[in-house]
Amino acid sequence: MADVKLKGIKKSYGPVDVIKGVDIDVNDGEFVVFVGPSGCGKSTLLRMIAGLEDITGGTLEIGTRVVNEVPASERGIAMVFQSYAIFPHMTVRENIAFGLTIAKTPKAEKDEKVMEAARILQMENLLDRRPSQLSGGQRQRVAIGRAITRNPEVFLFDEPLSNLDAALRLDMRMEIGKLHKSLGATMIYVTHDQVEAMTLADKIVVLKDGYVQQMGAPMDLYHRPNNLFVAGFIGAPSMNFLDVDIVSQDGTSAKVNSPVVAEFAAPVWRDGVGQTPKATLGIRPQDLRPVAEGGILEGTVTLAERLGTETIVDIRLSHGHRVLASLGEDRVFEPGEHIRLDFDHEKAHLFAPATDQEKQAAQSAA
Amino acid sequence: MASKLTRANRTGWLMAFPGVALMTLFIIVPFFLAFAFSLTNQRLASPNAAEYVGFENYSDLLGVAVFTLEPERDDSGAVVRDGDGEIEYPRLRNFTRNNPDYPNLAGKREWFSWQSGENRVVVLASDVVFMKALVNTFTFVLFVAPIQAGLALCLALLINQKLYGINIFRTIYFMPVVVSIVVVSLLWRFIYSPGDGLLNNVLGWLTFGAFEGIDWLGRTDTALPSIMAMSIWQGVGFQMVIWLAGLQNISPTLYEAGEIEGASKWQTFRYITWPGLRNTAVLILIVITMQAFALFAQIDVMTQGGPLDSTQVLVFQAVERGYGKQDISGGSTISVILFVIVLSISLVQRYLTREK
Repeated sequence: MADVKLKGIKKSYGPVDVIKGVDIDVNDGEFVVFVGPSGCGKSTLLRMIAGLEDITGGTLEIGTRVVNEVPASERGIAMVFQSYAIFPHMTVRENIAFGLTIAKTPKAEKDEKVMEAARILQMENLLDRRPSQLSGGQRQRVAIGRAITRNPEVFLFDEPLSNLDAALRLDMRMEIGKLHKSLGATMIYVTHDQVEAMTLADKIVVLKDGYVQQMGAPMDLYHRPNNLFVAGFIGAPSMNFLDVDIVSQDGTSAKVNSPVVAEFAAPVWRDGVGQTPKATLGIRPQDLRPVAEGGILEGTVTLAERLGTETIVDIRLSHGHRVLASLGEDRVFEPGEHIRLDFDHEKAHLFAPATDQEKQAAQSAA
Repeated sequence: MASKLTRANRTGWLMAFPGVALMTLFIIVPFFLAFAFSLTNQRLASPNAAEYVGFENYSDLLGVAVFTLEPERDDSGAVVRDGDGEIEYPRLRNFTRNNPDYPNLAGKREWFSWQSGENRVVVLASDVVFMKALVNTFTFVLFVAPIQAGLALCLALLINQKLYGINIFRTIYFMPVVVSIVVVSLLWRFIYSPGDGLLNNVLGWLTFGAFEGIDWLGRTDTALPSIMAMSIWQGVGFQMVIWLAGLQNISPTLYEAGEIEGASKWQTFRYITWPGLRNTAVLILIVITMQAFALFAQIDVMTQGGPLDSTQVLVFQAVERGYGKQDISGGSTISVILFVIVLSISLVQRYLTREK
C-alpha cells in the first residue's frame, strides 16, 4: 500500500498543453476519483501515473519513490481499462494469471493467487470460459481479477463502467466499492459520471482544461463548491444559475435581486463575490420548493417529469430565464400552471459574475 | 418511392448478365470442361472425334512402380563387376519394353533409384517429367510459403512502427507487387544472367573478385532456388500489407495491459501479437499456398522448365501439354490433379487452424 503524490504535473503534446500543473495528494488506502468533462485531461493524468504516458513536467511519487522514469511494470500499480483489455484467446484463468505467467511464477503459487482473486470476485465457476462467453460485467471482473493478482500498491481504474449498461453499472459500482473496503488498497478511479464519483470516492478531484478545479470529500464539493463549474458539475439535475444585482452587502451576506429574483439575503464566502455589483446566483433544484404565497421566484410550468420518488419541474420565468426544481415527492403539475418557488436562503450560492457560456458549460458537463 | 427499375428482379439479372456471362464462359465452363476432357483423348485440333478413355490419362500421369534390379551373376553365382569395380545390372529396358512378364512396368521410365545392398531399387514413373513437375511444385510451395509469410510478418512488424517517413518504406516494400510478374521475371533474368549479370557483379564486388560468376538459371541446382528467391521478393509486399492490416486490428490497450504487467518484447509478441494475428495467419497461409501452386509466369519467362526439367512445375506442364503439344486432355488432367491437391491442402489447413 502506498500514497501517491503529484507535484506540479504537466503534460504537453508538442505545443498543446493538456495537463497544466496539477498537485494532488492521494493518501494510503484512499479511494480518489478524477472526474471532469471529456477532454479535461483526467485519463491522461491516470495514464501518466500508470506509466503509459511520459511526464512532461513535475514529479510523481508512489510510496516514497519518485517514479517519473520508472517503467509501468515496476511502479507497483495495476490498471483496469474501459475496454477491459482482456485477451480474447485466453481463458479467464489464463487472463487472470497473465501477469504471473509473464513473471514466470511457479504453477502452485499461480493457481493459488488465481483462486484467491476468483474467490474475491465470486467467479470461481467461470475460470475455464473464454472472454467471448462472458457478459460485459463478467469481463470487467476478469480485468479486475488480473489487477488483484498483481497485488499492487495502487489500483488504477480508467472509466471501468462506461461500456456497461445501466443496471450492470450499478452492480459493478457497488462491487468496486466493496472491493476497496475489503482490500483497503489505494485506488484512483477516472470517470466522467459524477454519480460514480459521488458514491465511490473518499476524495473527488474535479478537473477541467488541465487544471484541478476543486479537490475534497464528495459532500464538501456538493455543499461548498469552489466555483461555478464545480457547482454545475456536481449534483443532478445541475444547479440553476441566474444573474443578480447586489443591492447591499456586509461581511457574510449580501442582499441580491434581479428582474426575476425577489430581493433576499444570500451568504457570501467565495472569493471574487461582491467586488462588482453583479453576481451569479446558484440554487440547487433540490432546494427549491413550491409555496402558495410570496417566494423568491415565480413562473409557469412547462414540463413536469414524475419519477415516483421525485418530480422534476421545468419552470419558465420571465425574461426568458428558466429553472429546474426537483421536488422530493410525487406531485402533479399541469403545463402552464403558475408556480411560486422559495428555498432556504442559507443554501443559496453566490458566484462571481459568469457569462452565459460559462454557465452553460458547467451545466452541460455533468 | 422505389421505381420499377430498381425493384424488378429482371432488371437486376439483366445488369448482372455481362459479368455473370463472362465469368461463366471463362471460369465456370472451362472448369467443368477440364474434368470432362481429362476423361477423353481430346486434342486441341484434330480431325478425329474425341473418345472416352476413362482414367487412362490419370494413370498415364500418376503411374508409379518400384522395381528391384538384381545384379548380373556369372555361372558361379558371383556378382559381375565392370572395369571400375561397379556392379553390373541388367538393362532396365529389358523389363519395361515388350516384356510380358512385367506388364506393370510397360512403358515406364526410371525416375530415381538407390542402392540397397547388392540390389538397386528403381522407382519408375509413367511420366517422369510430370513427376518432376509435381516434386518441384511441392518444393517450391514448401520453401516459398513459410519463408514468404515469415519475411512478410517481419516487414509488417518493422513498418508498423510510428517513425518519421515510414510510409516511404511501406511503398518501397509494396512496389514489386504492383509491377507485372512478367516484367519482374524479365528484370530478374538480367539480374541472374551469367557472366556480368547484376547478382554476379555484386557478389564479385562484395568478395573483392573472389566470387566466380554462376549461371544462376542455367544450373540444375540453382535454377529453382533462384526462382524461389525472386518469387518471394515479388510477393512479400502483398502479404506484408495483409499482416499489417491484422496488426493494426489488435487493440492498443492490450499492449498497454502487457506493458503494465511487464511483458518483454518477445512475451508481447508471444502472448498478444501472435494470438491476435491468428485469423490473418490462416488467410495468408491459404493465399500463399494457392499462389505458390499456381507458379507459371516466372517459369515461362525465365527457364521454360529447364535446365533438364529442374524447374518444371504443374501449371507450366499443363500449359505446355495443352497448347505446346496440343494434348488438351493431358493438360486438363494436370489441371484437375492440381485442383484436387490445392483443395485438399486448403481443407486440411482449415481443419488444422479451426477455431477450437
